[in-house]
Amino acid sequence: MGIDYIVPEFEVDRNEQRCIHCRVCECQCANEVHSYSKEAGIMLSDETRCVNCQRCVSLCPTRALKIVKNPCSFRENANWQPDLIKEVYRQASTGGVLLSSMGTPKPYPVYWDRILINASQVTNPSIDPLREPMETKVFLGKRPEKISRDPEGNLITKLPPQITLSMPVMFSAMSYGSISYNAHASLARAATKLGILYNTGEGGLHEDFYRYGPNTIVQVASGRFGVHEGYLEAGAAIEIKMGQGAKPGIGGHLPGAKIVGDVSRTRMIPEGTDAISPAPHHDIYSIEDLRQLVYSLKEATNYEKPVIVKVAAVHNIAAIASGIARSGADIIAIDGFRGGTGAAPTRIRDNVGIPIELALASVDRRLRDEGIRGNVSLVVGGSIRCASDVVKAIALGADACYIATAALLALGCHLCRTCHSGKCNWGIATQRPDLVKRLNPDIGSERLVNLMNAWRHEIMELMGGMGINSIEALKGNRLMLRGVGLSGKELEILGISHAGE
Amino acid sequence: MVFIDAAGLDHQALNQKIREAPEDTLIENCLGQRFIGAGTCDKTIEIHGIPGNALGAYLNGSHLSVKGNAQDAVGDTMNNGSIIVYGSIGDAAGYAMRGGKIYVKGNAGYRAGIHMKAYQDKKPVMVIGGRAGSFLGEYQAGGLIAVLNLEKPSEKCVGYFPCTGMHGGKVFLRSDCHDVVFPEQVSARPASPADLEEIEPYVREFCMLFGYSFDQVLEGPFTVVTPDSKNPYKQLYTAGV
Repeated sequence: MGIDYIVPEFEVDRNEQRCIHCRVCECQCANEVHSYSKEAGIMLSDETRCVNCQRCVSLCPTRALKIVKNPCSFRENANWQPDLIKEVYRQASTGGVLLSSMGTPKPYPVYWDRILINASQVTNPSIDPLREPMETKVFLGKRPEKISRDPEGNLITKLPPQITLSMPVMFSAMSYGSISYNAHASLARAATKLGILYNTGEGGLHEDFYRYGPNTIVQVASGRFGVHEGYLEAGAAIEIKMGQGAKPGIGGHLPGAKIVGDVSRTRMIPEGTDAISPAPHHDIYSIEDLRQLVYSLKEATNYEKPVIVKVAAVHNIAAIASGIARSGADIIAIDGFRGGTGAAPTRIRDNVGIPIELALASVDRRLRDEGIRGNVSLVVGGSIRCASDVVKAIALGADACYIATAALLALGCHLCRTCHSGKCNWGIATQRPDLVKRLNPDIGSERLVNLMNAWRHEIMELMGGMGINSIEALKGNRLMLRGVGLSGKELEILGISHAGE
Repeated sequence: MVFIDAAGLDHQALNQKIREAPEDTLIENCLGQRFIGAGTCDKTIEIHGIPGNALGAYLNGSHLSVKGNAQDAVGDTMNNGSIIVYGSIGDAAGYAMRGGKIYVKGNAGYRAGIHMKAYQDKKPVMVIGGRAGSFLGEYQAGGLIAVLNLEKPSEKCVGYFPCTGMHGGKVFLRSDCHDVVFPEQVSARPASPADLEEIEPYVREFCMLFGYSFDQVLEGPFTVVTPDSKNPYKQLYTAGV
């Protein structure tokens, strides 16, 4: 080994007057940053291993710890930012493709933060959600093209299969393997309690979670892990994963080291074998081929379940969505490029795809222009961070939102962005039993329920302020939105006016 | 036995009839209807004519036989059961199949056995009597594929790029394979008696089905292909900063 060119990013700031040498930090850190020196009678730190997940900070009983940014820096250079320099060092020493986790941290524009919501004043009354009825329930699926009646003149009320949600938010796909058993348990229980759905991701459905089937979306990806008849029957809907916002155009790969025990059983592949989800589905080269997969799933489940097609937001997303809306799919899920991931090549995560706001606006418009908006419901994710993002997404044309990073934050994630290491100290993105048990699904599901209830109330307040009393009336209602600091082109794509107009 | 005349039926109507049939079914005049038997576990279906794509997708125990050719994606994500084709099959047969058997008398198109996997007692088997197209066993993660090349032994038994990305399972090719180029991450060697023992029951079943002499077929020569690693991407990545 030569010199390690990379200076640690963080420093462990230990207040020696407060530290009681209880060694909790040492026990809690799977990265092995902390250790105790018997000779010196002090705690030592190896900052090179620290990822700033704040587990030790949160659990230190005397609040003796702080993790701070290491002020030691390269000579300032606007072109060669410190991360780029370090990445060159890392690749020069390993020859590897850079791998990162969670959504891109790069400072791309977040359009949600440049869109403002309307409110009623004087001319139309706002609505108080505490006193007056307000509907947050939504149905996802195909809408009938016309009203039809039987020979006796009665309405034919048989609709294509629908998903019913108590609020327009679902937990997005995260596979068992990328996240832990307890994380899945928390999501499944919370979804059931809330009357919404969670998504298995592409790693199969653990046998313990079949009972949450009515609140489960089962995913079918190119690797087909854990996909069999019982799995397809188990869920309320089936999602075909074509792409993911954090890594459009490439597949997934769960390393063999994580294919252990129940993960192996649930994916139905041997322990220690890499779980490779190739970039394309090998049988899909066209919309016609996609239609074949959609209908094979419908046939296998007797046309009882809506089929979702999930794609990453990419440059031609409007044309792609138009094709999907004609493929027989009931729901299109679009994942924006700021969306999270358990692991993605850094260069792809940070450079490929487009923001969800622009993708959503152009897809909704395109489907309306072509008269096929009712063929499908639109679900958007990547990244929806709060209730106002949800309201803005609905007003831009979405039927519902997918959240994942926000849900993980509710479970204790501190966005240290090292999921790929498998050493998540919060028990979320890990399969190590000693770490998994740190996440209590009773508490986890309760925190998720709290978060969603809070958002639901905020959504109602925002709607009430606009004088709108149902999600249905807000959907695609772009008059309720105004842009700030956006160019004419951006406003045109978003289909909204500038503030003051 | 229930007879179903498939003439004029679309796939949805045909599958509905199959689902409702109380016993074994015989489909006559099949002409390209897709998804026949998809997801079923307890059917025995004989098909006369040409079934369309995704025959027996997600099959979970049913037995399908086709007196004719079949098209693309036969046995997609199949979990259990059997599919026997007395003609040839199209592309991507047995995609991600995890269990059950596919026996084909004739040739297979591109990407046969792609991403086939195995798990515990589930070990999928695909035996192709004729030749296989390019990308045979691509990404294969488990199970057995045998290509017997019985119909035109003078021709190459498999197309280009067989076993690319393979990281599990075994491929048997009834040829010395001097004319086949394999990718770097797999090993191809002449089959040992122990290897042959592994495919013997399936070859025997194949020969009984299609009327070949078992002894002659097993004479070979057979080449067996196995992956060098079950973790092909292990060295590819380094942690981002």
